[in-house]
Amino acid sequence: MSEKNECACGGAPKLIFACSGSSDVGAITYQAAQKLTKEGHGKMYCLAGIGGRVSGIMATTESAAKILAIDGCPLACARNTLEEAGFKKYEHIQLADLGLKKGETPPVPENVAKVVAEGAKKLAC
Amino acid sequence: MKKIQILGTGCPKCKTLTANAETAVKELGIEATIEKVEKIQEIMKFGVMTTPALVVDGQVKSAGKVLTVEDIKKFLK
Repeated sequence: MSEKNECACGGAPKLIFACSGSSDVGAITYQAAQKLTKEGHGKMYCLAGIGGRVSGIMATTESAAKILAIDGCPLACARNTLEEAGFKKYEHIQLADLGLKKGETPPVPENVAKVVAEGAKKLAC
Repeated sequence: MKKIQILGTGCPKCKTLTANAETAVKELGIEATIEKVEKIQEIMKFGVMTTPALVVDGQVKSAGKVLTVEDIKKFLK
Protein backbone atom coordinates (compact mmCIF):
# COMPACT_ATOMS: atom_id res chain seq x y z
CA MET A 1 0.00 0.00 0.00
CA SER A 2 1.40 3.39 -0.86
CA GLU A 3 1.77 6.24 1.58
CA LYS A 4 -0.66 8.31 -0.50
CA ASN A 5 -4.28 8.55 0.58
CA GLU A 6 -5.58 6.56 -2.37
CA CYS A 7 -8.11 3.75 -2.51
CA ALA A 8 -6.70 0.31 -1.74
CA CYS A 9 -9.79 -1.58 -2.91
CA GLY A 10 -8.28 -2.20 -6.33
CA GLY A 11 -8.15 -5.97 -6.08
CA ALA A 12 -6.66 -8.84 -4.18
CA PRO A 13 -2.87 -8.63 -3.95
CA LYS A 14 -0.32 -11.26 -4.85
CA LEU A 15 1.77 -11.73 -1.73
CA ILE A 16 5.37 -12.89 -1.48
CA PHE A 17 6.76 -14.44 1.68
CA ALA A 18 10.52 -15.00 1.86
CA CYS A 19 12.09 -17.14 4.56
CA SER A 20 14.74 -14.39 4.88
CA GLY A 21 16.89 -16.85 6.80
CA SER A 22 20.36 -16.14 8.12
CA SER A 23 22.25 -18.20 5.52
CA ASP A 24 23.43 -17.17 2.07
CA VAL A 25 20.34 -18.65 0.45
CA GLY A 26 18.12 -16.95 3.05
CA ALA A 27 19.60 -13.62 2.01
CA ILE A 28 18.82 -14.46 -1.61
CA THR A 29 15.15 -15.09 -0.80
CA TYR A 30 14.89 -11.65 0.80
CA GLN A 31 16.56 -9.88 -2.10
CA ALA A 32 14.49 -11.79 -4.65
CA ALA A 33 11.23 -10.91 -2.85
CA GLN A 34 12.24 -7.26 -2.83
CA LYS A 35 13.08 -7.34 -6.53
CA LEU A 36 9.84 -9.13 -7.42
CA THR A 37 7.99 -6.38 -5.55
CA LYS A 38 9.96 -3.62 -7.26
CA GLU A 39 9.21 -5.15 -10.66
CA GLY A 40 5.49 -5.30 -9.85
CA HIS A 41 5.00 -9.09 -9.82
CA GLY A 42 3.57 -9.01 -6.31
CA LYS A 43 4.14 -7.51 -2.88
CA MET A 44 6.59 -8.73 -0.30
CA TYR A 45 4.81 -9.28 2.98
CA CYS A 46 5.78 -10.16 6.55
CA LEU A 47 6.28 -13.85 7.25
CA ALA A 48 6.86 -12.96 10.90
CA GLY A 49 3.34 -11.52 10.97
CA ILE A 50 2.00 -14.91 9.93
CA GLY A 51 4.07 -16.62 12.63
CA GLY A 52 2.81 -14.11 15.19
CA ARG A 53 -0.78 -14.39 13.91
CA VAL A 54 -1.05 -10.61 13.56
CA SER A 55 -4.69 -10.14 12.68
CA GLY A 56 -4.22 -7.55 9.93
CA ILE A 57 -1.57 -9.60 8.20
CA MET A 58 -3.60 -12.80 8.54
CA ALA A 59 -6.74 -11.14 7.12
CA THR A 60 -4.86 -9.60 4.21
CA THR A 61 -3.21 -12.94 3.40
CA GLU A 62 -6.60 -14.67 3.47
CA SER A 63 -7.77 -12.19 0.82
CA ALA A 64 -4.71 -12.65 -1.44
CA ALA A 65 -5.17 -13.57 -5.08
CA LYS A 66 -1.99 -15.60 -4.95
CA ILE A 67 0.66 -16.45 -2.37
CA LEU A 68 4.29 -17.24 -3.14
CA ALA A 69 6.55 -18.75 -0.49
CA ILE A 70 10.29 -18.62 -1.14
CA ASP A 71 12.45 -20.94 0.93
CA GLY A 72 16.22 -20.83 0.90
CA CYS A 73 16.77 -24.41 2.01
CA PRO A 74 14.91 -27.71 2.45
CA LEU A 75 13.94 -26.83 6.03
CA ALA A 76 11.13 -24.93 4.28
CA CYS A 77 10.43 -22.50 7.12
CA ALA A 78 8.30 -20.18 4.97
CA ARG A 79 6.17 -23.06 3.71
CA ASN A 80 5.79 -24.52 7.20
CA THR A 81 4.89 -21.16 8.71
CA LEU A 82 2.11 -20.69 6.16
CA GLU A 83 0.87 -24.26 6.62
CA GLU A 84 0.80 -23.94 10.42
CA ALA A 85 -1.29 -20.80 10.02
CA GLY A 86 -3.79 -22.65 7.87
CA PHE A 87 -2.76 -21.47 4.40
CA LYS A 88 -2.81 -24.46 2.09
CA LYS A 89 -2.98 -22.88 -1.33
CA TYR A 90 0.25 -21.22 -2.39
CA GLU A 91 3.06 -21.35 -4.89
CA HIS A 92 6.44 -22.44 -3.61
CA ILE A 93 10.08 -22.04 -4.56
CA GLN A 94 12.84 -23.92 -2.82
CA LEU A 95 16.24 -22.64 -3.88
CA ALA A 96 17.98 -26.05 -3.90
CA ASP A 97 15.53 -27.04 -6.67
CA LEU A 98 17.09 -24.26 -8.73
CA GLY A 99 20.58 -25.58 -8.05
CA LEU A 100 21.26 -22.97 -5.36
CA LYS A 101 22.72 -24.88 -2.43
CA LYS A 102 23.01 -23.60 1.12
CA GLY A 103 26.51 -22.55 2.07
CA GLU A 104 27.70 -22.57 -1.54
CA THR A 105 25.64 -19.78 -3.06
CA PRO A 106 26.63 -16.17 -2.45
CA PRO A 107 23.82 -13.60 -2.66
CA VAL A 108 25.07 -12.04 -5.86
CA PRO A 109 22.79 -10.53 -8.53
CA GLU A 110 23.04 -13.57 -10.87
CA ASN A 111 21.72 -15.90 -8.17
CA VAL A 112 18.99 -13.47 -7.11
CA ALA A 113 17.96 -13.15 -10.78
CA LYS A 114 17.39 -16.92 -11.05
CA VAL A 115 14.92 -16.78 -8.16
CA VAL A 116 13.24 -13.66 -9.51
CA ALA A 117 12.71 -15.34 -12.89
CA GLU A 118 11.14 -18.39 -11.25
CA GLY A 119 9.03 -16.23 -8.95
CA ALA A 120 7.75 -14.10 -11.81
CA LYS A 121 6.61 -17.28 -13.60
CA LYS A 122 4.78 -18.56 -10.53
CA LEU A 123 3.10 -15.23 -9.86
CA ALA A 124 1.88 -14.79 -13.43
CA CYS A 125 -1.87 -15.27 -13.84
CA MET B 1 -19.39 -2.10 24.38
CA LYS B 2 -17.76 -3.27 21.19
CA LYS B 3 -15.50 -1.02 19.17
CA ILE B 4 -15.86 -1.44 15.44
CA GLN B 5 -13.49 0.23 13.01
CA ILE B 6 -13.88 0.31 9.25
CA LEU B 7 -10.59 0.75 7.44
CA GLY B 8 -10.87 2.37 4.04
CA THR B 9 -10.23 5.61 2.27
CA GLY B 10 -13.87 6.43 1.64
CA CYS B 11 -14.68 4.69 -1.63
CA PRO B 12 -18.12 3.09 -2.26
CA LYS B 13 -16.96 -0.33 -1.01
CA CYS B 14 -15.86 1.16 2.29
CA LYS B 15 -19.14 3.03 2.61
CA THR B 16 -21.11 -0.15 1.94
CA LEU B 17 -19.15 -2.02 4.61
CA THR B 18 -19.84 0.81 7.08
CA ALA B 19 -23.55 0.72 6.28
CA ASN B 20 -23.62 -3.06 6.67
CA ALA B 21 -21.84 -2.80 10.03
CA GLU B 22 -24.39 -0.22 11.21
CA THR B 23 -27.23 -2.53 10.16
CA ALA B 24 -25.61 -5.52 11.87
CA VAL B 25 -25.27 -3.59 15.14
CA LYS B 26 -28.88 -2.43 14.93
CA GLU B 27 -30.26 -5.88 14.15
CA LEU B 28 -28.27 -7.52 16.95
CA GLY B 29 -29.31 -4.79 19.38
CA ILE B 30 -25.84 -4.52 20.83
CA GLU B 31 -23.94 -1.49 22.03
CA ALA B 32 -21.09 -0.61 19.72
CA THR B 33 -19.20 2.35 18.40
CA ILE B 34 -18.39 2.49 14.71
CA GLU B 35 -15.39 4.51 13.64
CA LYS B 36 -14.14 5.09 10.12
CA VAL B 37 -10.37 5.07 9.69
CA GLU B 38 -9.59 6.79 6.40
CA LYS B 39 -5.96 7.86 6.63
CA ILE B 40 -3.59 5.42 4.92
CA GLN B 41 -0.97 5.90 7.63
CA GLU B 42 -3.50 4.85 10.27
CA ILE B 43 -4.74 1.91 8.16
CA MET B 44 -1.18 0.66 7.70
CA LYS B 45 -0.71 0.45 11.46
CA PHE B 46 -3.07 -2.52 11.41
CA GLY B 47 -0.83 -4.38 8.93
CA VAL B 48 -3.61 -4.34 6.37
CA MET B 49 -2.74 -4.09 2.70
CA THR B 50 -6.20 -4.20 1.16
CA THR B 51 -9.37 -2.42 2.07
CA PRO B 52 -12.11 -2.28 3.10
CA ALA B 53 -11.26 -3.99 6.36
CA LEU B 54 -13.31 -4.69 9.45
CA VAL B 55 -11.75 -4.40 12.90
CA VAL B 56 -13.56 -5.48 16.05
CA ASP B 57 -12.03 -4.60 19.42
CA GLY B 58 -8.62 -4.12 17.82
CA GLN B 59 -8.58 -7.39 15.89
CA VAL B 60 -8.75 -7.32 12.08
CA LYS B 61 -11.50 -9.74 11.14
CA SER B 62 -11.51 -9.25 7.39
CA ALA B 63 -9.59 -7.36 4.71
CA GLY B 64 -10.34 -6.72 1.06
CA LYS B 65 -13.97 -7.80 1.28
CA VAL B 66 -17.33 -6.10 1.52
CA LEU B 67 -18.86 -8.32 4.18
CA THR B 68 -22.60 -8.81 4.25
CA VAL B 69 -24.68 -7.91 7.29
CA GLU B 70 -24.88 -11.59 8.20
CA ASP B 71 -21.09 -12.02 7.89
CA ILE B 72 -20.52 -9.07 10.19
CA LYS B 73 -23.00 -10.37 12.75
CA LYS B 74 -20.89 -13.53 13.14
CA PHE B 75 -17.92 -11.39 14.21
CA LEU B 76 -20.02 -9.41 16.70
CA LYS B 77 -21.67 -12.28 18.57
